[in-house]
Amino acid sequence: MHVFVELCYLGASILFVVGLKRLQSPATARGGNALAALAMFIAIAATLLDTQILSWTGILIGVVLGGGIGAFAARTVQMTDMPQMVGIFNGFGGGASAVVAIAEFLGTGGSAGVSTAGGTIVLGTLIGGVTFSGSFIAFGKLQGLLSGNPLTFPGQNFVNGLLFLAVLVSGVLALGVTTVDPLTAFYALIALSLVLGISVVVPIGGADMPVVVSLLNSYSGLAASAAGFVIGNMVLIISGALVGASGLILTVLMCKGMNRSLANVAFGAFGGTATTASGAIEERPVKRADAEMVAAELGYVNSVVVVPGYGLAVAQAQHELRKVGDLLEERGVDVKYGIHPVAGRMPGHMNVLLAEADVPYDRLFDLDEINDDFGNTDAVLIVGANDVVNPAAREEGSAIAGMPILDVDRARRTIVMKRSLSPGFAGIDNELFYMDKNLMFFGDAKESMAELVRELRELA
Amino acid sequence: MGDLMIGLYVFVLAALAGREVITKVPPTLHTPLMSGANAISGIAIVGAIVVAGRAEGTTQMVLGIAAIAMATINVVGGFMVTDRMLAMFKKR
Repeated sequence: MHVFVELCYLGASILFVVGLKRLQSPATARGGNALAALAMFIAIAATLLDTQILSWTGILIGVVLGGGIGAFAARTVQMTDMPQMVGIFNGFGGGASAVVAIAEFLGTGGSAGVSTAGGTIVLGTLIGGVTFSGSFIAFGKLQGLLSGNPLTFPGQNFVNGLLFLAVLVSGVLALGVTTVDPLTAFYALIALSLVLGISVVVPIGGADMPVVVSLLNSYSGLAASAAGFVIGNMVLIISGALVGASGLILTVLMCKGMNRSLANVAFGAFGGTATTASGAIEERPVKRADAEMVAAELGYVNSVVVVPGYGLAVAQAQHELRKVGDLLEERGVDVKYGIHPVAGRMPGHMNVLLAEADVPYDRLFDLDEINDDFGNTDAVLIVGANDVVNPAAREEGSAIAGMPILDVDRARRTIVMKRSLSPGFAGIDNELFYMDKNLMFFGDAKESMAELVRELRELA
Repeated sequence: MGDLMIGLYVFVLAALAGREVITKVPPTLHTPLMSGANAISGIAIVGAIVVAGRAEGTTQMVLGIAAIAMATINVVGGFMVTDRMLAMFKKR
């Protein structure tokens, strides 16, 4: 019996890896996700078979409650709200791992002692607790329930350091190495872990939250692994490690896309609402264009690259954009989409938003794939993006020096669709706007795009 | 070799396998990757079942229900929303 259950866990572990591998192509990804879900089902079924279930009531209540909430949220969430959705799911995963460790500790009557079990219980409670409360703060900031501005005070990193130290001390005391009551120390550990999760996330600005969500995603994996060590279960250790690796890789990619280090994101208290240094930017002449002109610029060329930024999604203009793309293709124009790694609010977010608007995925190109093409591109349409196309990133000494950008200024013509000349997140002027080859098409992205659709239909 | 060491071997090797597989996921699928991986971290449900299934006192019962409910939100919500996203990715 036990061997059979272990073999089920092994099978589930293999399916998790194969499922993730299938995410390497959009054609096989959906099947991969289904395989991972199947693996989860096998692991759950094996556990139910193996465990001496004394009470089904708790399990049933939990499953019905959690399943209902999860299914409802998954069906109704807007695609623009994906970052906070993943954030809150993470929090629940971390919370579950923490509660498993807590129940295990209380099950021993607080006498886990200095042992593998004791150590992993403390670790599981700590990581799970931090993931739980930190994720809720991240969710609040992304959802707009909390201010997106960094909440800072002098000596904050020092206080957080002390807090972390206190967590470690209470963790050690919970192992019963001194005369301090281990149970009291353990309760302190739970409380301090939750406080630590809150206090490390509040100083991080709303715009940096996606990095936090990725990192917490990694932690939720580590918490699951820790829970696996606690109850001696390999499938938890393996899947936790897979998630830990995935979250860490995405965190690093996200930081690279923003040209920041993880330490700078975590401790820099950066990324609040963009400070509009309006006075500092001199008034310079730009070439303006209306929808009719833009239609003519796009409709009679061979190749167009569209560069969408988050402003597009905020204005909900992605469906109109797809119509523009369709009309251009009907006219024989080759239309591609160039997506910057941080174009959305989480890695790959813009791709999902465009996929939702039925833009075929084989038309979406990432930075490395598209950058060599700009030299041979007739026109680039930039919608709701700014810093990611700012040529200043190639100059030393600029505020965004070294940030990977889309080299749109190498194309023959650029058209920027934007509300105003206001600077982007980095708070600096964009030289591209004043270039001879650039046209500014001012207005709300959705309305402008709808006008453009009308004008393209008028073209002969 | 103790259980802890075996667990550590498994953890490190699984993390390396994860790195190999995940670095090859194209940027276009990074959001579904994150939400799919997130669903997998709901594997804590296995631990939750163990806790809830042997619950005797009220405290253990409450903890068990809480752990199961949270893990199930993670699993069900995570896989469903990932599927919803991936279903939208279409080739021309």
